[in-house]
Amino acid sequence: MTVAVLSGGTSFEREVSLSSGKRVTEALRDRGHEVVPLDLDGNLVRTLTEQPIDVVFLALHGQVGEDGSIQRLLDLLDVPYTGSRATSSALAWDKSVSKGMLRRHGVTTPDWHVLSTQAVREYGAGQALDRIAARLAFPLMVKPVQGGASLGVRRVEEQADLPAAIMSAFHYHSAVLLERVVTGTEVAVSLVDGAALPAVEIHAKEGAYDFAARYTHGATEFHVPARLADDVAHACAMAARAAWDVLGCRHIMRADMMVDQGGQPWVLEVDTCPGLTETSLLPLAARAADLPFEALCERLVELARTGGRGGRD
Amino acid sequence: MTEVQLDPYQQRYARRARGMTASEIRALFAVATRPEIVSLAGGMPYTAALDNAAVTAVTTAVLRDAGPIALQYGGGQGLDELRERLVDVMAAEQIKAHPDDLVVTNGGQQALDLLSRLFCNPGDIVLAEGPAYVGALGAFSAYQGHVIHIDMDEHGLIPEALDDTMAALTAAGRSAKFLYTVPNHQNPAGVSLSAARREALIERAERYDLLLIEDNPYGLLDFKGEQLPCLHTLAPERVIYLGTLSKIFSPGIRIGWAVAPAPIRRKLTLLKETADLSQSNLTQYVAERWLATQPWMEQVEEFRELYRERCDAMLEELARQLGEDCTWSVPTGGFFVWLRLPEGMDSKELLPSALQARVAYVPGRAFYADGAGEHEMRLSFCFPTSEQIREGVRRLAGVIREQAALRAAMYGDPPWGSGS
Repeated sequence: MTVAVLSGGTSFEREVSLSSGKRVTEALRDRGHEVVPLDLDGNLVRTLTEQPIDVVFLALHGQVGEDGSIQRLLDLLDVPYTGSRATSSALAWDKSVSKGMLRRHGVTTPDWHVLSTQAVREYGAGQALDRIAARLAFPLMVKPVQGGASLGVRRVEEQADLPAAIMSAFHYHSAVLLERVVTGTEVAVSLVDGAALPAVEIHAKEGAYDFAARYTHGATEFHVPARLADDVAHACAMAARAAWDVLGCRHIMRADMMVDQGGQPWVLEVDTCPGLTETSLLPLAARAADLPFEALCERLVELARTGGRGGRD
Repeated sequence: MTEVQLDPYQQRYARRARGMTASEIRALFAVATRPEIVSLAGGMPYTAALDNAAVTAVTTAVLRDAGPIALQYGGGQGLDELRERLVDVMAAEQIKAHPDDLVVTNGGQQALDLLSRLFCNPGDIVLAEGPAYVGALGAFSAYQGHVIHIDMDEHGLIPEALDDTMAALTAAGRSAKFLYTVPNHQNPAGVSLSAARREALIERAERYDLLLIEDNPYGLLDFKGEQLPCLHTLAPERVIYLGTLSKIFSPGIRIGWAVAPAPIRRKLTLLKETADLSQSNLTQYVAERWLATQPWMEQVEEFRELYRERCDAMLEELARQLGEDCTWSVPTGGFFVWLRLPEGMDSKELLPSALQARVAYVPGRAFYADGAGEHEMRLSFCFPTSEQIREGVRRLAGVIREQAALRAAMYGDPPWGSGS
């Protein structure tokens, strides 16, 4: 089979995406597939229509790969691709939308508020920060509403540091999410074709699970499966599956969550095009489920080719 | 028993390797290499201006005429014939040296690495201009040197600031291993140390018993025609001089050199042999033949005029776009403009916005070992064309104005710079 592996692009996660793409390319070649690695550029449509491509493997992270736009184009070109379809991607990509949908469907997610540059510039919303803070209570996480890899994310302990954290996140996206912090254990639950893989427990060795902790070998301690009681692990898997259903995902997904002291999982965000680098969470979970990386990639290609289960648009 | 080890070698790494982590800034720069982005970030010489046919002819001749020797190991100090030519290069700046005084290195960067290895114990104090060349800071920190910056202004390093630092060090019972400086067209500030300050710096080097490292990559790329005396000429026993062919010929050929007092030079030769046995003979012969048979000074003049034109384009566009809002250095030569943002604006934070607007620069903090430089950035004019530079500055100005308006709304500052 001929697979085009799409990675790179101009998103802030270009480097991470290239790293995912390279690894996927090698894995699929090992399995005997013809692989065409592609960076996103102006020749994409021509390349995909002139070459006989059976499946596009999406290893794009960041806006262009996850906001649904590339999926719409591939639908238009009638090229099968891995991962969720356009609408699900777009819903998951915007954290304020996905959290709203999750809550509406009974999936537990921490309280939040959204603030846009437009609201600050045009109707003085910056003057209502104390109200937001009073409603959510410190500490707060401040994140770009759209974006990944923890870029632009800061934890804020007190009011005085809030404006600077918001301004910082605005550099990544024109709206920021202020979210109540849940204290407990950080876990990620990945799903392949709707089935939950073992949860990965995450402990950054120094401070937060930020960009450096994510992409430096050895900077984070992982436990797979997570050291959770069986019923709690089950609740995490159920929460991830509920998120999958609510957003209409297909093929692959990762839900990041916090498990509080009472064993309640809180879904923070959903990633429809999760990282596939050597330090990424989904491949760790797959390995623990006896699904080696090569087999995982091949499975995703097969799902794309045959349509896979689930997935709405 | 569920722990997953992604780096099983972690316990074996030396302490100095602990700071080596993935970085957000490096990841963001992956985008800067895309053709959509006008990159005012990198300091890459415009090698497309080289006469490629001439380089090809020289390289072919080396292999044809001296193949077996060119493909052999070399000596630790570098090829004799090349060192003779490098002395000619220095003479073009009125710097006197004897070929025996030189050690050829793998670019100027290796000289910085070897000197750091030679002088720095963990925690030793190293003085450097603030801001300072990022590669030098990297070399010093790799050997756990502790960098203290000496302020500079439009005339280069401020001697009185050095006095203050030396007084503080003396009071604390400390001393500095050396002072690192780029006196000509400094990277990143773009300015040169004035003639009076060169005298003042040498006088202070005597007074404080300081060893100076004079790094001179850009000396021949001088826009003002004012050749200032080299520190090494003023006090050869107090100064280690570093030269390179990277900016006047090719960075890919990796030829740099150090001129040092004899005891230091002997140690450098031994360190060089430990580091890589010898410089590549092949590239040394190519460099030697280039300097011996080609009109290399004409090439330098061509580079200089090219960079001058690009620098003028940048300065003109900066004045047009940001004259009210920012301040910047006026380069005396070299590759870089150092820009200061409006009060409160942080160049590292601004970078993602700039990349979204399709322009890149290097945030000022990269040029300080102590976290300073948050309001500054380095803009390079060496690689993009004048038109690209103008477009890049326009994009940057848009980002800065946008940010100023947002800051005014968020913090209630007096509105300014909104562009209307």
